[in-house]
Amino acid sequence: MSNEGVIYRISGPVVTATGMEAGMYDVVRVGHEGLMGEVIELHGDKAVIQVYEDTSGIRPGEPVLNTRETLSVALGPGLLTQIYDGIQRPLATLEEVMGVFITRGVDADGFDMEKKWKFEATVSKGDEVVSGQVIGTVQETETIVHKIMVPPGKSGVVKSISTGDFNVTEDVCVLEDGTTMQMMQKWPVRTPRPYQQKYAPDTPLITGMRILDFLFPLAKGGAAGIPGPFGSGKTVTQQSLAKYSDAQIVVYIGCGERGNEMTEVLDEFPHLIDPNTGKPLMNRTVMIANTSNMPVAAREASVYTGITIAEYFRDMGYDVALMADSTSRWAEAMREISSRLEEMPGEEGYPAYLSSRIAEFYERAGRVQTLNGDDGSVTVIGAVSPPGGDISEPVSQGTLRIVKVFWGLDAGLARQRHFPAINWLGSYSLYPPSLDQWFRDHIAQDYPEIRTSISGLLQVEAELQEIVQLVGSDALPVDQQLTLEVARMIREYFLQQNGFHEVDAFCSVDLHYKMAKAILTFQESAKSAMAAGAELQDVVNVSARTDLMRGRFEATYKDDIDELVERMNKEIADAVEEN
Amino acid sequence: MSGKEYRTITDVKGPLVFLNKTEPVAFGEIVQLRLNDGSVKNGQVLDTSDELVVVQVFEGTAGVDLNTGVKFMGDVFKLPVSDDLIGRILDGAGRPRDGGPDIVAEENADIIGAAINPYSRQSPHDFIQTGISAIDCCTTLVRGQKLPIFSASGLPHNDIALQIARQARLKDSEEEFIVVFCAMGITAEEFNFFRSDLERTGALENAVLFVNLADDPAVERIITPRLALTAAEYLAFEKDYHVLVIYTDMTNYCDALRQIGAAREEVPGRRGYPGYMYTDLAMLYERAGIVKGKKGSITQFPILTMPGDDITHPIPDLSGYITEGQIVISRELHQAGIYPPINVLPSLSRLMGSCIGSDTTREDHKSVSDQMYAAYAQGRELRGLVAIVGEDALNERDKQLLDFSGVFEDKFLRQSRDEDRSIDETLDLCWTLMSEIDTKYLVRLDQKWIEKYHPDNRN
Repeated sequence: MSNEGVIYRISGPVVTATGMEAGMYDVVRVGHEGLMGEVIELHGDKAVIQVYEDTSGIRPGEPVLNTRETLSVALGPGLLTQIYDGIQRPLATLEEVMGVFITRGVDADGFDMEKKWKFEATVSKGDEVVSGQVIGTVQETETIVHKIMVPPGKSGVVKSISTGDFNVTEDVCVLEDGTTMQMMQKWPVRTPRPYQQKYAPDTPLITGMRILDFLFPLAKGGAAGIPGPFGSGKTVTQQSLAKYSDAQIVVYIGCGERGNEMTEVLDEFPHLIDPNTGKPLMNRTVMIANTSNMPVAAREASVYTGITIAEYFRDMGYDVALMADSTSRWAEAMREISSRLEEMPGEEGYPAYLSSRIAEFYERAGRVQTLNGDDGSVTVIGAVSPPGGDISEPVSQGTLRIVKVFWGLDAGLARQRHFPAINWLGSYSLYPPSLDQWFRDHIAQDYPEIRTSISGLLQVEAELQEIVQLVGSDALPVDQQLTLEVARMIREYFLQQNGFHEVDAFCSVDLHYKMAKAILTFQESAKSAMAAGAELQDVVNVSARTDLMRGRFEATYKDDIDELVERMNKEIADAVEEN
Repeated sequence: MSGKEYRTITDVKGPLVFLNKTEPVAFGEIVQLRLNDGSVKNGQVLDTSDELVVVQVFEGTAGVDLNTGVKFMGDVFKLPVSDDLIGRILDGAGRPRDGGPDIVAEENADIIGAAINPYSRQSPHDFIQTGISAIDCCTTLVRGQKLPIFSASGLPHNDIALQIARQARLKDSEEEFIVVFCAMGITAEEFNFFRSDLERTGALENAVLFVNLADDPAVERIITPRLALTAAEYLAFEKDYHVLVIYTDMTNYCDALRQIGAAREEVPGRRGYPGYMYTDLAMLYERAGIVKGKKGSITQFPILTMPGDDITHPIPDLSGYITEGQIVISRELHQAGIYPPINVLPSLSRLMGSCIGSDTTREDHKSVSDQMYAAYAQGRELRGLVAIVGEDALNERDKQLLDFSGVFEDKFLRQSRDEDRSIDETLDLCWTLMSEIDTKYLVRLDQKWIEKYHPDNRN
């Protein structure tokens, strides 16, 4: 047996080779063109390979070469601002080599191997270093310092280390035992990178979207699922999160989605400014774009490529957010491969291991103590595209079992042009108990109570709406009509947010707290004014309230809001006297 | 290859032929079967190994027996392409159907097509005026978009598709589209309707037709759209044409896909359709777009009929996840005698935002479209309420909105099959109709547009 075998069978993206020594997940080169593939099953002498490129025209008898490496990504300076396909080939390089259509048999490095980076050593000769320890830094982009770490599994006493300009494959550090270290390291994508321990999350990931941050907060290191039918705004929501969330590094995986949409992201991101640093957003972003018509096996690999890159930055002590749009396409890729393998299917044709794969993927999220002793996190936000919008299907269910935050998108709301179309009654977050202390300390003591009041009002509204459907709103008592009015204010002023508006797209926690409070203030003032004899219509129609609601589109809103609330209170009080 | 003929068929099942070890056969290779009566059928390799080859026969397996000769052609399926394609009618496998000569190939193009590198795409942004108000105002079409028509049996989707094909052009431009028309399993009557309409308007000279009719082999439908798209790609990216691809009916395509899946005894997904249908459809739909450095473009109009008017059926569902929006045809409006019966509420154009506004259509377009949509949606909702409580229970605002929903359907949606409204006419019409609602209820309109465009302020 050797590392070279021959093709026995070809069925779509699945190729069987014989006469080759192979282990599970070995990367192989298939056929005369050397198409990249991965061993996914072994039957005696036969190795079943999923191929990451189109297999048309390949014949039995062509050679297969086993590289004896597992599918790995290259990690090092140069990752940021890159746009990759599912197996870490930069799309720009592919364009140079192949032109506008993606052909096959081309290999490309994950980043520039020749570029010289300025390496600053942070340890010295004679220091003892262990796995994961930072030995030096590189200023990779304007905003991000790339920390060069001892690869997991290596340790020893530094024999020599030098500051200076190096490319990623040159030795920057040598240990006493002769081990050399370069700025680039490789890591197999299907293996989680090691850490010391996982912590319970206690800090929210601020997304700038009011409904998410306020009602259904996500913790740094948490996992969230966004299921929704087509046209409900999954992609727009994911993109908003990629733009505005306060993670230090963002990994965006476009997994089996639309080509034009991906292009829009690719066109738009380089021009966007990070509201948290004031620098271009691309400086902190790595993108993976494997559109729906690109090879299905590479789509399967794309989420692992993405999360491995995310974990690598986590190990440097960064807070990383990973968006996967859409995990359903990933699951479908698994289904397609599984059916080619003639495996016994589980529910709806998906492989029986679907839910465990989903769980393993989300489990790679978390806030951890890194090997270096730092605090880093990977937050995973996965979009799910349930067929027909019905979340009883296996991918949605597999996701909901593992994530703690569920942002349910609603086609009905999208049709009413209520965006973000997140259903406030059906969504949930299990993080408030662990995050409330943070909100009390950093925003306001009564923050959790305000949240309870607001979500309580929305619940009451839902019940009242049922009655209104039958008898019309005029038949309700005035106090209930006021409740409806307040709830409408919550929906239109607070929950709705224009993701494309330059001011409204991002709302700070401070501001949304004030806005929530303004709504409750309105309710209080209106109640007491009406108790004193004011008419509901007069109270509702005070002009300051309209100004308060419209004002959120102004850049100066955070400075004006207090005054607007005061004016509203005064006008409502005046409504009493007019009567 | 050797060109040897094999007589090693062991099994024939539905559209599939299984044969024993032959020579190393390529995956996707084209196959010729010579029947005992001398007739020839074509097929393609679906699975190949040292021992067994599975061939899918496009023309069906009637007449195939164990003595049928099988020849492997040494190459994957290619379509001869050249400028000569324009004006021709070909069958579902790319052979002339109009009695004309074979296409003289300038090149032979692989019909599977390679994926466009997302990095090399250009974002679509050129507004296409279709002359149909409902589409131009509410679900604006962009050059390079894929926008399917979700219809159902008995609805006039063909008329709408033809009207779009006839009228589509860039604003203020006479530049015409080349229409690539791909028929999959439609009836001869429907095809004649398309052809005579294209002939009547002279559009046939600027069209390429690939036709697989209902009585043509079902399996052939798998390749028909790929041929059409290959021709479209050639015309767009090699010859700089702007191409509009209309295919009908995607439902028949998907059923053919299911047929092959069943014959291969594959594990079925929802409703028996194969699990890879999403990827398969994506490989068609994603062949729309514009690429950097090329002048031409491909815009796609797939038509699909939703079985049982069910939008959650796997075919419209998977399509909706891939395409950039959808135009939904409503039976209710059709029965009310409104043409085109487009229900704008579930319809959507995802790329609309990139092509409307002062530079392309008109500055008030977004505002007007939002307001028209919102007012109509509310009006429609009120119809339900009125059925319960009666019209008298409505307040003034609701009454106006309710009336508006009727006017919207009657004046805005309704237009004749030859009526070609410019975008300015459409937007002006919107203002005229909206002026019947009190301005204070038109909350989605910007004040500055009300001042500029509202009929009260214009005279």
